[in-house]
Amino acid sequence: MTKSLDTGVPAGTEPTASGPADVDRAPLRRHRRNRALIQLGCIAVTLFMALPLYLVALAAFTSRSALDRFPLSLLPTDLSTETIGRFLASTGILASLGNSLIVGFGALVLSTVVGVPAAYALARYAFRGKDSYQLFLLFTRALPIVVLSVPLAQLFLSAGIYDTTYAVILLHGALALPTTILITASVFVSVPVDVEEAARVFGCTPAQAFRHVVAPMALPGIAAASIFTFVLSWNEVLGASILTLNRRTLPAQVLTSLNESPLAYRFAGGFALVVPALLFIAVMRRWLTNMWGTTIR
Amino acid sequence: MAEIRMEGLVKTYPGGTERATDDVSLDVADGEFVVLLGPSGCGKTTLLRMLAGLEFPDAGKITIGGEDVTYRAPQDRNLSMVFQSYAVFPHRTVRANIGFGLAMRKVPAAQIAQKVAWAAELLQLTPYLDRYPAKLSGGQRQRVAVARAIVMDADVLLMDEPLSNLDALLRLSFRAELKKIVQDLGTTTVYVTHDQGEALSLGDRVAVMRTGRIVQLGDPLEVYDRPADTFVGGFLGSPPMNFLPATVHDGQLSVAGHARPAPAHLQGHSGDLVVGVRAEHIGISGINDTDGTNGIEARVDVVEPTGSAVLLTTSVGAGPGPAVLKVSAPPTFRARPGDTVRLDLAPDALRYYDAETQLALEP
Repeated sequence: MTKSLDTGVPAGTEPTASGPADVDRAPLRRHRRNRALIQLGCIAVTLFMALPLYLVALAAFTSRSALDRFPLSLLPTDLSTETIGRFLASTGILASLGNSLIVGFGALVLSTVVGVPAAYALARYAFRGKDSYQLFLLFTRALPIVVLSVPLAQLFLSAGIYDTTYAVILLHGALALPTTILITASVFVSVPVDVEEAARVFGCTPAQAFRHVVAPMALPGIAAASIFTFVLSWNEVLGASILTLNRRTLPAQVLTSLNESPLAYRFAGGFALVVPALLFIAVMRRWLTNMWGTTIR
Repeated sequence: MAEIRMEGLVKTYPGGTERATDDVSLDVADGEFVVLLGPSGCGKTTLLRMLAGLEFPDAGKITIGGEDVTYRAPQDRNLSMVFQSYAVFPHRTVRANIGFGLAMRKVPAAQIAQKVAWAAELLQLTPYLDRYPAKLSGGQRQRVAVARAIVMDADVLLMDEPLSNLDALLRLSFRAELKKIVQDLGTTTVYVTHDQGEALSLGDRVAVMRTGRIVQLGDPLEVYDRPADTFVGGFLGSPPMNFLPATVHDGQLSVAGHARPAPAHLQGHSGDLVVGVRAEHIGISGINDTDGTNGIEARVDVVEPTGSAVLLTTSVGAGPGPAVLKVSAPPTFRARPGDTVRLDLAPDALRYYDAETQLALEP
């Protein structure tokens, strides 16, 4: 953490005691003070993000009786899996967790398969209507999900895929497509045309050049887009609730069943919702921070 | 190994009005090193890209080794290329970069390893084989790009300003190294550059291009000594060739107010022309020296010592407005701004150009 906050002054430049006495130290003191303030700011922001997570996790792993105690202990003193265990054992939770994962990865695959070629075309080719196409992409997101979902439900009912994970995958894939396209397009722009041409000269067909050279170089962008897609799908409740009855995704299930549940279960539900998304981001982070140690040049 | 034949290549970029290459024809013999030289926008890179298959010509024909490749995809032409920006693959190690082309051709792994080792040895990259390009300096990256190109055993080697991103010192040392490598390989090579020094030092032949056409094609010294027009003379050489207005009248050539008998091939000529002379072909002497009495008087404006010579910017006063002459004097020559010197334009160092067409008037 400290290293990334370094303001660029090399470590060894701080004057030693033996130097000339008449050095103006005020700028150095200012520099150090600013650095300390930045550190403090970072800590504050981190706490702001992490504290709720901690409290939810703590409550999820505390027994019901301990949770009702006063004053509430903020340290993990008496951990128990009673709450989370009961939550996971309740009807429909594990199944909906499975549904959520299927929908999340399904939407991810769908939006990548459709979105990456579109992004490549946007990045590489000049074509008529390129700007309006880009604008049009964002219009998908301008419509409220409820407005989209009701006619979709009608459509899926007549197509016979209502109340299936496919229906939700299609919805989430479509919702994620604009971000997937725009994010990966911006990364494709940064992959030099020269490198692609070199691949062509050295024996690649256009498809091979894409697979062997362009796609690997664009991986960070594809990873970022996939995080967006997965988290979007994982958190999306409204559309998923409208398009399914029995095959609910986790948030939809939690929303409908936990409204009447005791407080402790809500914490457990919250924890179960947060963890998979966090895990996914942690895994994808590896691809986000470019694996060759530099950004693309 | 193969010869290249380009016939009547025309290319206009979409949206452009000017022809990027305008009916260019050029033959490159098997094993020859040809340099395409010209200022930016002259069409030299377009010509190279058409050779590589990265652009298709609007008209014309390209054959390599007797085969018509005009509209073939790059990967079907058996050529390799060094790019100006290096274009090494950042997500592959140096080893994988060099072996990339061979791997794409499905050459057995053992053979690839052998070729990569050979090329790495030749370009002093052996210690870096397992590094990623991001960990290399610019010069090393360019070596990777060259190694990647030479392992291919391609018919034709194309180079697009491969040295222009290197710093001056490195450029000079790598230039000699590159020349030796290409000489030893004996591959037909087309090299694009805007640097006249590179062109003169590397090429078996130099093709000077301007506005989409080849204006002069010849071996480096011929192009340097006998520029086909004033553009070539002004583009090649550092400093570029000097040009002075002159007239021929009654068999007398008058340059900068100084008359002398015109050379034989200009005897029939009458009227204005332009005289070109290289800075190092101008004799110079102090105004009081006795041996330079028949020279032109000139005033020294700027003195620039370059170490190996002293570069003088002089103005010759006669005529409407002073003509400026750059003179390369021996390093021992001493002069100060404001001094008057005598310049001796030796007859065999002068080149004559038509005042209107700017084309050379050769015997």
